[in-house]
Amino acid sequence: MMKTILAGTRKGRSLHVKQWPLHIMMLPAVILLLVFSYIPMAGNIIAFQRFIPVKGLFGDQQWVGLKNFLFMFKLPDTWPLFRNTISIAIQKMLWGILIPVSMCLLLNEIRIVFLKRSIQTLIYLPHFLSWVIFGGILIDILSPSTGIVNRIISVFGGESIYFLGDPNTFQGTVVWTHIWKEFGFATIVYLAAISNIDPTQYESASIDGAKRWQKVIHITLPGMSTIIILLATLSLGSILNAGFEQIFTLYNPRVYSTGDIIDTFVYRMGVQQAQYSLSTAVGLLKSVVSLIMISFSYYAASKWANYKIF
Amino acid sequence: MVENKTVAEKFFDILIYSIMITLAVSCILPMINILAISFSSRSRAMANQVTFWPLDYTPLAYKFIIDKPQFFRGMFISLQRIMLGVPINMFLILITAYPLSKRNNRFRGRQIYVWYLFVTMIFSGGLIPTYLTVKTLGLMDSIWALVLPSAVGTWNIILMLNFFRALPESLEEAAYVDGAGHMRVLFKIFVPLSAPAMATIGLFVCVGHWNAWFDGLIFMNTPARYPLQTYIYTIVNAVAFLELYMNDPEMMLYMEKISDKTVKAAQIFLAALPILILYPFLQKYFMKGIVLGSVKE
Repeated sequence: MMKTILAGTRKGRSLHVKQWPLHIMMLPAVILLLVFSYIPMAGNIIAFQRFIPVKGLFGDQQWVGLKNFLFMFKLPDTWPLFRNTISIAIQKMLWGILIPVSMCLLLNEIRIVFLKRSIQTLIYLPHFLSWVIFGGILIDILSPSTGIVNRIISVFGGESIYFLGDPNTFQGTVVWTHIWKEFGFATIVYLAAISNIDPTQYESASIDGAKRWQKVIHITLPGMSTIIILLATLSLGSILNAGFEQIFTLYNPRVYSTGDIIDTFVYRMGVQQAQYSLSTAVGLLKSVVSLIMISFSYYAASKWANYKIF
Repeated sequence: MVENKTVAEKFFDILIYSIMITLAVSCILPMINILAISFSSRSRAMANQVTFWPLDYTPLAYKFIIDKPQFFRGMFISLQRIMLGVPINMFLILITAYPLSKRNNRFRGRQIYVWYLFVTMIFSGGLIPTYLTVKTLGLMDSIWALVLPSAVGTWNIILMLNFFRALPESLEEAAYVDGAGHMRVLFKIFVPLSAPAMATIGLFVCVGHWNAWFDGLIFMNTPARYPLQTYIYTIVNAVAFLELYMNDPEMMLYMEKISDKTVKAAQIFLAALPILILYPFLQKYFMKGIVLGSVKE
């Protein structure tokens, strides 16, 4: 009975369910995005102007063409910015895949359920702390004079390392503290992917006499491969995202040579020194490159992994 | 099935277990170190003797924080932000995810809206134009500057719409037959059925608002208007902030026992505390969130 009613409505009344309320429902989001996303996008025109704040955004500003961009490339600071950004981002990307995948495989070998759960619980706790909190803890424990890490190093007879104050160690510290904070989260994502693998595959492999590592290589890894490729592809979009909040919390003028990235530079130039046009030009260049990379990564992900956002 | 493990396999087991346990413990030890420092005395903390247990126990660092207005002022603004931001975010997620969960032929124009949202995901206006926009709108120093720019959470909308799509279509059909409108279907049928998804997303939105600090730094001109995490940012990077209180006669009471290091540690711990308390719930919903994200047609 129900079925016939519904079958009837499919052709009949339900097609006439009014659509205009749906447009009204979209309105608040449309307006908010217009104001806080699209207007700033249009605001990027100040990269091509000599922006004078009193005249206002979209005011009668003087157009200077590509002068800000040319000036940007002449600045000696610019190239190291791009180099640092890409270098940190790529290191994070690589280790951000390798470490969680290995951790996931190791965790999967732990058969004691309670232990496995406890480890999971502990490793993704840092993910939920803000970079201010986690960074505050890091600054404290990595301090050369009063930090526990250097105390441990000295107990083992090593030289005290100024992790956050030495340009030679800063990038490594940024990469590995990022991994420390986020590897647990990624590990759990991979673990969820593994849990979809059909257990009978392992059983039949055992009957065929497969060793433990053979099962990992021939069943578990192939079972994860789709999600690994998908996440790796999507991470291409953040080639210019070296992790602003982290670096902004951890860096200091002594490590600008290796630690200053596009985003921190834009902040200092723009918000602190009010060099609006120049910093917008730098930011716009970043946004455009990111746009190209993200578009490519989404395209590739939809092609290879059938990934769809909406 | 009886497993006969070889010596090599047992060795690997021990290796795997020790690696994983060490790593897991390493994720919590820094927090314990901070907690121990916050309850230790000035001299012990300065001498870098504190590990995972307070030395020369004193709660004065916490008493100092309670006596001074800064910490709780920040916390009040953060709570204000959550009370305002979370309901707005959630309402927008529901009301936007609902139309977008319709099939293209049931909502003509859907594709246009999808692109409208999608563009904001792949291209951002950048820091300075966003900053200037908020400034032009006269929102500087206002709580709305912390709430409105991030009010449309596109990823969460996508999570929600995928959840809506997984609901049986016959339910809404039946409601339409009874003459219910879209708002009624959304709030009387979809919302009650989506309680788990809403709890998951709501919790994450909450944590997002609590943890956000950079917008506070750029959109608030006066430090007295900083939300808690932004205030913590200023003390994390400050050298010797206690010096400000040096001439305060009340401080004589404290100075013997507390230092920048212990007060900093105490504030960091307090700011992380709500997350630690929420963590069991976060953890419970976290896996659900992953599953939710993968629900696709």
